[in-house]
Amino acid sequence: MNNRTKTRLLLDKLAHKAFLLSALFALLILGILIYRMGTQSIGWLNFEFLKNNLSIFPEKSGIYGAIIGSLRLMAVIAPVTIILGVSTAIYLEEYAHKGKLQSFINMNISNLSGVPSVIFGLLGLTVFGRMLNLGSSILAGGLTMSLLVLPIVVVSSQEAIRAVPNYLRDASYAMGASNWTVIRTVVLPSAVPGILTGTILSLSRAIGETAPLVVLGIPTLILKVPTSVMDDFTTLPIQIYYWTLDTVLTPEYANLAAATSIVLIIMLFLMNSFAIYIRNKFQKRY
Amino acid sequence: MNHTADVKNVIKKNIEKNKNKKREKIIPNLFLLAASISILTTVGIVLTLAFDAYKFFAKVPLKEIFSTELAPLAVNPSFGILPLISGTIITSIIAMCVAIPIGLTAAIYLSEYAKESHRKILKPIMELLAGIPTIVYGFFAYSFVTPLLMNLIPSLGAKNALSPGIVMGIMIIPMVTSLSEDAMNSVPNAMREGALALGSTKLEVAIKVVLPAATSGIISSFVLAISRAIGETMIVTIASGSSKNFTLDITQSMQTMTAYIVEFTSGDAGSGTVGYYSLYAVGLILFIFTLLMNLLAQYISRRYREEY
Repeated sequence: MNNRTKTRLLLDKLAHKAFLLSALFALLILGILIYRMGTQSIGWLNFEFLKNNLSIFPEKSGIYGAIIGSLRLMAVIAPVTIILGVSTAIYLEEYAHKGKLQSFINMNISNLSGVPSVIFGLLGLTVFGRMLNLGSSILAGGLTMSLLVLPIVVVSSQEAIRAVPNYLRDASYAMGASNWTVIRTVVLPSAVPGILTGTILSLSRAIGETAPLVVLGIPTLILKVPTSVMDDFTTLPIQIYYWTLDTVLTPEYANLAAATSIVLIIMLFLMNSFAIYIRNKFQKRY
Repeated sequence: MNHTADVKNVIKKNIEKNKNKKREKIIPNLFLLAASISILTTVGIVLTLAFDAYKFFAKVPLKEIFSTELAPLAVNPSFGILPLISGTIITSIIAMCVAIPIGLTAAIYLSEYAKESHRKILKPIMELLAGIPTIVYGFFAYSFVTPLLMNLIPSLGAKNALSPGIVMGIMIIPMVTSLSEDAMNSVPNAMREGALALGSTKLEVAIKVVLPAATSGIISSFVLAISRAIGETMIVTIASGSSKNFTLDITQSMQTMTAYIVEFTSGDAGSGTVGYYSLYAVGLILFIFTLLMNLLAQYISRRYREEY
């Protein structure tokens, strides 16, 4: 082998190693992050912590209210996004004529998904908070979040509907079924796994979001567990935010924030695994 | 008797048919209504931002807006936007310095070098990293990365632009990687095989064949990443603080546009004050910034895409 070839081969080897390191970097960071949060929350993350309400004493503080708040928020977001998202996807895929209106709505949705979440916060503050007078209730937060994650549900539902092969539709039409009957009895049942996966992913995005809720003006300290959709509430990310802000005065808050982060990450991990499970288990291949 | 029953049945059937016809006409309109919500959302965003931003621009002279003096809560408030813009651009540049080299090389590894078994492990990890909430990254930046960097740079402030910039870059890596990898995967294997058959190494194939062919997708992934960094809120709010200084010193605290919005809404700005309207003005500028970036990304990937 001449020298030039040797250098080229060496370079290739080095590049291989370097690129591998880049790819492993993600793994490294994930490891550090989990390890760091884990060690910080040792002694803090226990059953009491999950069961207790907020308190001014860090040792007695818990995130029960925040967990309930996050769950109730999801209970608002899920129906709103499913109804709006799936309907939009059905319109775009099954009814809209290929043309200007369809591509306009599609472009609009892809642009919406790029709008920073904090802007949705401003929209929610103005429209839901002030104009509709919902304040910083669960309903206001849920509707704001629904608009934020709507593009995710629309796009994944569109993909799920598009994946239903045309011969299934044609067969039903040939038997005399109407447009709506075909959608209701043939298209939607086959698209359900894809739609569910998208919905769960959008929910996991929503309960990890902080900025829109902060902009809506979620109060700092809520000792009451929310009971209705009109109540003020707090969520896990909001709790992490306020505890992080106050770590300078009360160092223990860092432990609480870390413990809450672990709970949030576990919740998201479970939701995402469930979504992937549904996708793999129920998705039919045609 | 029998005859009347038949007629009744026919009438019943006809009524049902008409109902179905009506249903078939109404249902698409209901779906169109749902689809129009997304358009209404965009219109709502533009209107709310423009309406209150207009009040701000009407009250504050342009000369003040384009100054470096930002003191919204002072006795004589001043609303220069340049500190926020410089803060946003600087943190985004730091993020890109982390995300682009690491994200792109990781994408090259995944698409050109990795065995299928390695890909199957690394891809889900990337997805996990992408799924971590930004607030957790913010806490991580403030409580771990900043103290770590202080060991290297003693003059680093407790709140600074460097640490959230780096962490924001880490957050964006999965996005750059997966979009760039998609672009590289769509380059047909025949081109790789051609180059390999001529004696190229894998590195040469990657750099001289795959990267040029996938340029449009890769560049548009960079643009989307920048837009994401500009719009990112919680990491910079927590770790970069709220100093409204016009400075290039990345070891010091600076405020981004997003952090300004968060600080002001959770603060005491009453509705109807100039400070309150400034929120919407900043929001409008942020919206226009990110919208242009997203449109640019779409344009690049459509205009310069090579079809195989």
